[in-house]
Amino acid sequence: MKKIVILGAGTAGTMMLNKLSKALDPKEWQLTIVDKEKAHYYQPGFLFIPFGIYEKEDVIKPKDNFFPKLANVVYSPIDRIDAENNVVHLQNDQKLDYDYLIVATGSEICPDEIEGMTDELWYKSIFDFYTIEGAVALAEFLKTWEGGEMVLNIAEMPIKCPVAPLEFVFLADDYFKKKGMRDDVDITLVTPLDAAFTKPVAAKSLGGFLEEKNINLVTEFNIGRVDNEQKKIVSWDEREVEFDLLVSIPTNMGSKAIERSGLGDELNFIPTNKHTLQSDEYENIFVIGDATNLPSSKAGSVAHFESDILFENLLSAIEGKPLEAQFDGHANCFIESGGGKGLLIDFNYDVEPLPGKFPIPGVGPFSLLKETRMNHLGKMGFRWLYWNALIKGRELPLEPQMSMAGKQKPKIIEQKTQTLNLN
Amino acid sequence: MSTETKNEKSVVLDQDGHLANREDWTKELAQDLADHEGIGELTNRHWDVINYIREEYEKNGDAPSIRKLTKESGVSTKELYKLFPKGPAKKAAKVAGLPKPKGCI
Repeated sequence: MKKIVILGAGTAGTMMLNKLSKALDPKEWQLTIVDKEKAHYYQPGFLFIPFGIYEKEDVIKPKDNFFPKLANVVYSPIDRIDAENNVVHLQNDQKLDYDYLIVATGSEICPDEIEGMTDELWYKSIFDFYTIEGAVALAEFLKTWEGGEMVLNIAEMPIKCPVAPLEFVFLADDYFKKKGMRDDVDITLVTPLDAAFTKPVAAKSLGGFLEEKNINLVTEFNIGRVDNEQKKIVSWDEREVEFDLLVSIPTNMGSKAIERSGLGDELNFIPTNKHTLQSDEYENIFVIGDATNLPSSKAGSVAHFESDILFENLLSAIEGKPLEAQFDGHANCFIESGGGKGLLIDFNYDVEPLPGKFPIPGVGPFSLLKETRMNHLGKMGFRWLYWNALIKGRELPLEPQMSMAGKQKPKIIEQKTQTLNLN
Repeated sequence: MSTETKNEKSVVLDQDGHLANREDWTKELAQDLADHEGIGELTNRHWDVINYIREEYEKNGDAPSIRKLTKESGVSTKELYKLFPKGPAKKAAKVAGLPKPKGCI
């Protein structure tokens, strides 16, 4: 009996398990999946919890609902991967040996990486919304908050779902308007980036939305510490932003188990071939989703597109064939913009988000980089698709590779150079 | 590309203000670029950082993040901001003759 072990039963791991269990003969292959938690969280839904749009119950289902019958499921934290000997040590003292290993251990927030973040104000005036606990605590706080300075800070890049901070401030603007207290709240987005978003065309259009909604933007701010006494965040170059409510997106890092295994980079993400999804170091280890160090977004759509590529390449590896499927960095993200509207962006390693129609050129129904009601409906409808098709590994009518069809190409702007005189 | 300056000691920068042609870089030019950035006299500690990020660029095709830099070069974040005030990742890349770090998506 040959063995495939999947570490992590989040979006990526669960999709891979379902795809592989359909394709591989159960008499020849044993599939095992490992996770520390029994609950599956619909993470894109966390964003809506602080504003009372979703409740906790809307984003949680038992993981067991989504596993194929024959899979071997183990609930335990991972101690470490011994990649030299093809064995995973679990914290429940079990040892799992494998022929192939798929690492889908994701990323997690690490508020302790920032001095003062988890001191006395943590979960009193400082919240995150990347965990269910944080999102629920923030919802409770907002119910009775009377207003003041709301600061959303991104500690450092990369973060999971790089559009989430923008969506959060857009939804906050909408939320306070509806409560009739928008004038009592100052909203400021404080980012280490030099613009509202990482990609220039999208950054320009999203930056316009911030202005329109009267949301302040502070750029190139690398947080050094939180001053709990004076309620301010201080950057390494000693700039300060005061807050009454700090919504933090702390440093995102890969699993501690990856660090213990010596397989990660400085953020515990695993060096991975950006096209084949094979680990740079070990031929029988593949990596998917947030756990990789790929220069792509950390998002469920990316994990979904990767799953098609990884599936193909893993089957090739099993058959001793070259790995021919190539991941292009494809990401596809709805951006909730408040007031029942949304945007959609579609991009990859080489092509930044551009305006146009998606998925049918000229028709849509979704509009790229434009605010429409249809995009909002797409975002809200996606939760159904996620639970009922996506993580079950069913085919979706979306190709893993990004398509240029329906996209408006930007004018090529000539690079302007300048001459610097040194005398 | 502007060529109006016939000055002997001039150098072409890209649109981000980083050296346009990496082959133009020399250790002497690094000091000139540091002067231009208001960093002043380059010390051994500056050079530790410059040499480290140039090596990383050779290996990976991009300058390292501040986190990686502080973890691997033995220079703390605090010191790094003293050496290259206001945005050490970009400033150090400028002096080292490297393009603007791509950073993360």
